[in-house]
Formats: sequence, C-alpha cells, structure tokens
Amino acid sequence: MAQDKIRVLIAKPGLDGHDRGAKVVARALRDAGMEVIYTGLRQTPEMIAEAALQEDVDMVGLSILSGAHMTLVPRVVNLLHSHGLSDVLVFVGGIIPDEDVPELLKIGVKGIYGPGAPLDDIVRDVQREVAEH
Amino acid sequence: MTEASHGSEPSSPGIAELVMHTLAGDRRAIARLISLMERGSGEARQALAQLYPHTGQAHTVGVTGAPGTGKSTLVNAMAKVYRQQGLAVGIVAVDPTSPFSGGAILGDRIRMRDLATDPHIFIRSMATRGSLGGLARATVDAARVLDAAGYPVIVVETVGAGQDEVDIARAAHTTVVLQMPASGDDIQAIKAGILEVADIIVVNKSDLPGAENTVAALQVMLDLNSAHAELHHGKLVHVEGPATAGIAALGAWRPPVLQTCAIREDGVKELVAAIDAHWEYQRASGLKEQREREQVAEELRRIVRYTLLQHVLHQIPRQGLEDTVERVVARQEDPYSAADRLIAQAGLALDQQ
Repeated sequence: MAQDKIRVLIAKPGLDGHDRGAKVVARALRDAGMEVIYTGLRQTPEMIAEAALQEDVDMVGLSILSGAHMTLVPRVVNLLHSHGLSDVLVFVGGIIPDEDVPELLKIGVKGIYGPGAPLDDIVRDVQREVAEH
Repeated sequence: MTEASHGSEPSSPGIAELVMHTLAGDRRAIARLISLMERGSGEARQALAQLYPHTGQAHTVGVTGAPGTGKSTLVNAMAKVYRQQGLAVGIVAVDPTSPFSGGAILGDRIRMRDLATDPHIFIRSMATRGSLGGLARATVDAARVLDAAGYPVIVVETVGAGQDEVDIARAAHTTVVLQMPASGDDIQAIKAGILEVADIIVVNKSDLPGAENTVAALQVMLDLNSAHAELHHGKLVHVEGPATAGIAALGAWRPPVLQTCAIREDGVKELVAAIDAHWEYQRASGLKEQREREQVAEELRRIVRYTLLQHVLHQIPRQGLEDTVERVVARQEDPYSAADRLIAQAGLALDQQ
C-alpha cells in the first residue's frame, strides 16, 4: 500500500512545438503505473531543473526535435547537479544523430530514443534504471 | 504496513534533519518531505509529529470546480497577485490517478509556467492515488509541510470536481468554487453539493457569452440560501463549538460571486481581495477557530477509521476475507453480519449500536 510510485517529469526544452512524441511517452508511462508530471512546451533548462526539484522526481525525460540537444541536454544535466539532484535520471527522446549519442551518454544520459522506439522498451528501461538506482 | 508505523520509537536522524531543513525553507527538503507524506509510512508520522507545532500560520485557499473551468490558470494568476504583494505562495495541485493502471498524468504545471522559476513559489503536483472527494490522502499533510516551511499563502487545487467532491472545505480556510458561463440552469445552482461549500464563487471565462446570466442565477441561489448561511460549514460536519457571538455581531458571510477571465488576469486582483476579506472575517468572527475544530474532528475520525481498517485487514487472513466474500455472494450470510464477524475475528469487541 505504501510502495513508492515512480515519478517522472516529461518536458520539452527549447522552441520546437512538436509535442506528440512527448505525450505518447507520457501516456505509456502512465499506463505502466507511473506518475508523470507533464510541463508542456518551451521549457527552459532552469524551469525543468526547478520542476524536477519541487516534484521530487526519479527521472526527467526530455523531448527535443529541434537539433539543439547538444546545448540543452548538458545544460539541464548541469542544473540538476547544481540543485543537488545528481541522483535524478535523465532520458532523451527525439531526433538525435548517432554521432551525438556517445557524448550524451558520457554526461550521464541513461537512455536515448529516436523515432519509432518501442514504448515497451522505454517503459522497461525506466523501470529498470529507477529500480537499480 | 510496517511495524514502524506504531511510532513511539526514537526518530531516525534522517527525518529530524529533513524536518530541520524544511523549517529553514530548503526546497529540496520540502519536496522530499512531501514525498514522505505521500508514502504515508511510519517515518511520515514521525516527521509530521515534529512538524506539527510549526504549522497553523498559513492561509490555505482551496480552488475547486469542474474539469476545464480554468482552475490551474486561475491559480497561476492568483499566485502572481500574491507575489506582487510580496507574499510567497505554496501550491498543491491534485490530478486523478488512473483506476486501471495506478498511474497519472499531472498536467497542472502547464498552466503555471509563469511561476516556474520564481524562488518564492513552490508547486507540487499530486495524484489522488485512489482517494475520492477531490483531494489525495496526503494533500493536507503536503500543505502542512509548506505551512511549516514558512509559505504564508497555500493554494490547494482539487481534481476537476463534479458535484460531490467537497473534501476541500475540510482542508482550506477559504474555498473558491469555479463555475463557467452557461454551465447549467438555475436548478443546477440549487442542488446540494459543491456550491454549498463555497466561500467565494467565481464565474471564470467571463469573456464567454452568458456570464452575466450565470452570475444572476448564482445570486438567486444565494438569496434562497441565506437562511442557513450561519450554519455554513457547520452543516458539513457536526461538532459542538463555542457560540459564534462574533458571527452574530458581524453578520453571516454571504459568498460573493465574482467574474474572472483568468487567462487575461481580469478580475483576479478583486478575487484575491475577496479571499483576504474572507480571511479577515473568519478571524474577526471566530469562525476560523470553529472551522479548525470541525476540520480536526473530521480528520481524527478519518485517521481512526483508516487505522482501524488497516488493523482489521491486517488481522484477518486473506483466505478468511475471500471465504467471507464467497459466503455473502452465495447469500449464506448478509454483509453486515459478515463484517461484524470479521471485526470480532480481529479481536475488537464492539458494542452493537
């Protein structure tokens, strides 16, 4: 009865307005029994880190289709660290070219998902990473 | 339920530290303490025991209304007015948990993006986790955490409420009920339910046609109600309180009906002024203390009910419960006799009332 629910923040940093993917993933995580805080479009990294802090989430999922991921993701990761949230996992979804993947993994991103990534894989990865953490 | 929930054992140092940082206003500690309250463990009880003496300072404002009436948008606009007055604001926004998956989408922040990086605003989204009545079980305790952390105004936004989700009146000092233009005829307005717990009624989306008519219908409803206005909230839970001489002197509170267009922030200053006026009225009339007694009495009943239920369910073997269900389904026993037998099995001797 008092088990922990996984709490996830889904956010879209930057200026692109394509939130379909973020909503589909939010819905899939909800259907897996998680509590998903959905913050909507055009979030700054500061807004995302502050929301992660106030909501005490286990994970932050960033949806980026604008190509600005190499700027935005490190910024969010750094802000999470400076807020004392280095234990919060970061996942990224969107259009991420293969050559950028190693760098994102190096700064601590736990999962990267492109178009067509199976929802079941995302859900399973989140559950595993949170459990191991 | 762990044994730790029967809490007379010494408090763990982690909890004391978390409480100490919360009292100092540390936002990470506040967030973690609210999570602890949501889990509702023995640690949560320890923390609340340490926190409780520091609560009771804040003005808690409830905002409720049907889905889509603009609650989150209005809360966003209200918080901005409070910030202009130099007040920090804590917000607890409740959204429903899926009864099928146990998951939830908490979307109230979408409408509160203006507040997102203000260091004097703290927003917490909360899922109902199966609670009915418009709030989560831990909502009141989350508001207490923010109260103890020094937020002078706490706004609690309920789930999209229908006609019967009136728990907010047991959690807030001032309850604001949102209506929309053209949201039903005058018979809707005189039905029992959510309007009865309103201290302030707001017709939001006042730019839509029909706003004036809705205000007029609500005013007529209040005219009919004025006979019982003094019992307002006294009706909700019956508790003997001291005579309300202050109310007699000041006159009964008649809920004002205001119009707002939250998205344009029209009428919101006036709403906050009305909320302040209600707070002043409650303090001057003695209604604040009376209502607090009612709320505490109701909360004690709820805790006792919950604790006894847990105790009984803990004592009865699962098989016993399932067997009883089968017997009732087969019409071999009626539900009341079966419940009496289960309670007796749990070792509780109850007088038949």
